[in-house]
Amino acid sequence: MTGKRYGMSIDIDRCTGCGACMVACAVENNVPPAPEGATDRKGITWMRVFPVDNGRDGPDRKSVFVPMLCQQCGQDAPCVSVCPQQAVQVDPATGIVGQMPERCLGCRYCMAACPYHARYFNWWDPAWPAGMEKTLNPNVAPRMRGVVEKCNFCHGRWHAAKERAVGRGAREIDPADYVPACVEACPTAAIRFGDLNDPRSPVAQAAQQSGSFRLLEKLGTEPKIYYHSAREWVREIGRAPAGKEQVHG
Amino acid sequence: MADEQQVIEKPEPHEILAKGYTFGTITDQIAAVVLTKRTPLLWIVGIGTGFALLNLLLLSATLLFAKGVGIWGIRTPVMWGFAITNFVWWIGIGHAGTLISAILLLLNQKWRNSINRFAEAMTLFAVACAGMFPLLHMGRPWLFYWLFPYPNSTTVQPNFRSPLVWDVFAVSTYATVSALFWFVGLIPDLGTLRDRAKNSFAKYAYGMLAMGWRGSARHWSVYETATLLLAGMSTPLVLSVHTVVSFDFTIAIVPGWHSTFFPPYFVAGAIYSGFAMVLALAIPLRASYGLEGIITARHLDNCAKVMLATGMIVAYAYIMEVFMSWYSGSVYEQQAFWNRMTGPYSTQYWFLVTCNIVSPNLLWFKSFRSKPALLFLSSIIVLIGMWLERYMIIVSSLAQDYVPSSWSLFHATRWDWATYWGTIGLFLFLFFLFVRLLPMISIFEVRTLLPQAKVRQEVKR
Repeated sequence: MTGKRYGMSIDIDRCTGCGACMVACAVENNVPPAPEGATDRKGITWMRVFPVDNGRDGPDRKSVFVPMLCQQCGQDAPCVSVCPQQAVQVDPATGIVGQMPERCLGCRYCMAACPYHARYFNWWDPAWPAGMEKTLNPNVAPRMRGVVEKCNFCHGRWHAAKERAVGRGAREIDPADYVPACVEACPTAAIRFGDLNDPRSPVAQAAQQSGSFRLLEKLGTEPKIYYHSAREWVREIGRAPAGKEQVHG
Repeated sequence: MADEQQVIEKPEPHEILAKGYTFGTITDQIAAVVLTKRTPLLWIVGIGTGFALLNLLLLSATLLFAKGVGIWGIRTPVMWGFAITNFVWWIGIGHAGTLISAILLLLNQKWRNSINRFAEAMTLFAVACAGMFPLLHMGRPWLFYWLFPYPNSTTVQPNFRSPLVWDVFAVSTYATVSALFWFVGLIPDLGTLRDRAKNSFAKYAYGMLAMGWRGSARHWSVYETATLLLAGMSTPLVLSVHTVVSFDFTIAIVPGWHSTFFPPYFVAGAIYSGFAMVLALAIPLRASYGLEGIITARHLDNCAKVMLATGMIVAYAYIMEVFMSWYSGSVYEQQAFWNRMTGPYSTQYWFLVTCNIVSPNLLWFKSFRSKPALLFLSSIIVLIGMWLERYMIIVSSLAQDYVPSSWSLFHATRWDWATYWGTIGLFLFLFFLFVRLLPMISIFEVRTLLPQAKVRQEVKR
C-alpha cells in the first residue's frame, strides 16, 4: 500500500449548501456539540460550508457555497514544519496530512501558519448531552481540551478499510471500502474522493478537468482538494491572485 | 583608608562619576542601600504594587489552568494574542542588560560600570516573565517538558524544523548565561557586603553567596578571566535570541510576518525597548536613593543616545516593511499593510508610529536629554510603543490574512490584561527585592573609575 495520494474534488456548482457534510463529519469524527457560549469562531467544524458571492448587488448578485476543510497540502504543508512536537505529519503512504492530538501541546502555531484556517482548537473538554456519548464512533478517539484537530480524511475509516483488505488477503484497499463521511453524506454527489495518483480514479480525472482549481494555489502549498466550477468568477475568487509575481514561490 | 587622602590629579571625566568620591565613599553609598539606609517610599510603593499585581498573576494563571486558554480573547483566526506579544516584549526588554554588561565591557566602555548590575538584573527578571508566556500560552502547559529533547519511551523527539524549538534553546541559553554572568559579577560585592554586614544572618547569607571571596590577586585574576569568557558568550546572544524569536514569525507564510528583514528589525527593537526600561528604572532609583553622583546625567544621556540610534533603526525598518510589501508585488502583503494603516487596527498602528518613530526624535535635543523627568516619560512612551508594535505584528497580521471569510478581530478579555499586568507585577516584585537585598550598582567596578585605581597605567607612563 504505497504511493497513494488521496485527494478530493468538490464541485461547487453542485453544492446546495445543505450542510449534510458538516453533520456527517462531526458524527463520524466524534466532534462534540458546541457548548453554550461558543461562537462560530470557537466551535469545531472540520468541514464548514461558506457562502460566497460575487460582490455585486441586485440581479447581478450571484452566490455559491464553498465547503472548506483541511486542504491536505503537499509534503511542505505550512503546518508540518512549524509544529514543535511532530504532531502533524504527512503520511508517505497516503499523502494525508495527519494530526496527532496525543502529541499536541496546543501552541496553535499550525493554526497561525495555515492559510486556509482549516484547523480547530479544543477550547473546552469535550462534552456530549446525556446518552449521546453512547453513540460515539468507537474507531475515533475523542480529543481533550487544549489540542488542535482537523480533517484527516476520516482516518478511522482508512484503518477499517486496511483491516478489511488484510482480512481478504489483499495488498490494496478496495476504493469502495474507504470513503470519507462527507463524501457519503453529500446528497448531490458534489464531493468525490480517491487516489490522485491513479489516473482511472474519478477524483484524478476531475482534477484534470477544465474549470478545476485549488484554493490559493499560487502559495505553493500543493493542496489535494480540487474545486470545480464552470463559472469564471468562482475560480477567480478561489485561486490566489498573485499580483505581478508568484506569491511565496 | 590612607588612599582616600591622596590628591586626585587626573580624575575620570566627572560625567560618569561625580567629583569627590573615594574608594570608601563609593562602597559606603552603595552598600548602605542594602545594609543601613532607611527604606525610601519608592521601594515600599514599588514592591507593594509588584506584590499586588503578582497576586493578580497567580489568580489569572490559576483560572487559566482550570478553564483553559478560552478565557483569553484569542479565537480563529487570531490564535496568537497577548501571550506571544508579551513574550516578545519581555524578551526584548532583557536585551539591554546583556548589551550593557557584555558588549560594552568588551568595548571597554567605562560608563557601563554604574548601570550594568541592575540592567543585568532587569534582564534576568524580564526573561523570567518572558519565559512564562509560552507555557501559559499552551493548551496543555503541564506537558511543557516535551519541548526538550530527552530520551523517552515514545522515541518521538521535538521537531527541529520548528522555530518554537529554536526558541526553547535560545531562551534557555540566554537565561542560563545571563544568570551566570550576573552572579559571577556579584561575587566581589557579596564579599564586601559580608564584611560590612552587622546582622549575623546577613553576614552568614552574604558569606555563603560570596563563596569564600577574599579579594586575593589570584581571585581577581580568575574573576577577570571568567567575566571575559562570559562576556564573550553573552555577546552573540544579544543578537541571536531576538533573531530566533523573529523566526517564529518569518517562517510562517502569514502576510506581514513572512519577511527576511525581521531579525535585524527585532534586535534593534529589543535594544530600543531594553534601554527604555533601563531609563525607566534608573531615573526613579537614582533620585530616591540619592545616587546622582554615580548614575550621572552622562549615563542617562548615553542611554538616551542608544535609544535614539536604535529608534531610528526601528523607524527605518517600519519604512522598509511598507516598501517591501509594495515591492513584493504580492497582493496579500500589500493588503496586510494597507489594513494595518487604514483598517480596524489603524488607531493602534498610528499610535505606535507616534510612540516609536515620532517621539524619540525629541532625543536629538541635548536640552531634552538632560531632563530626567522628560527622559522617564519618553522611555515609558517607547515601552508602550514597542508593546503595540508586537501586538500589531501578531494580531493584525493574523486577523486579516488570506481568506476573508475567516477574518475576525481580536478583543482582549480582562484575563488577557490581568496576565499581562501580573507579569509586570512579578517583574517589579523581583526587581525591588533585588534592590533591597543586593547591591544594585557594582561597587568594585565603579571603584575602578577612580584615579586611585589607575596605578598600573600611571606607572607605565
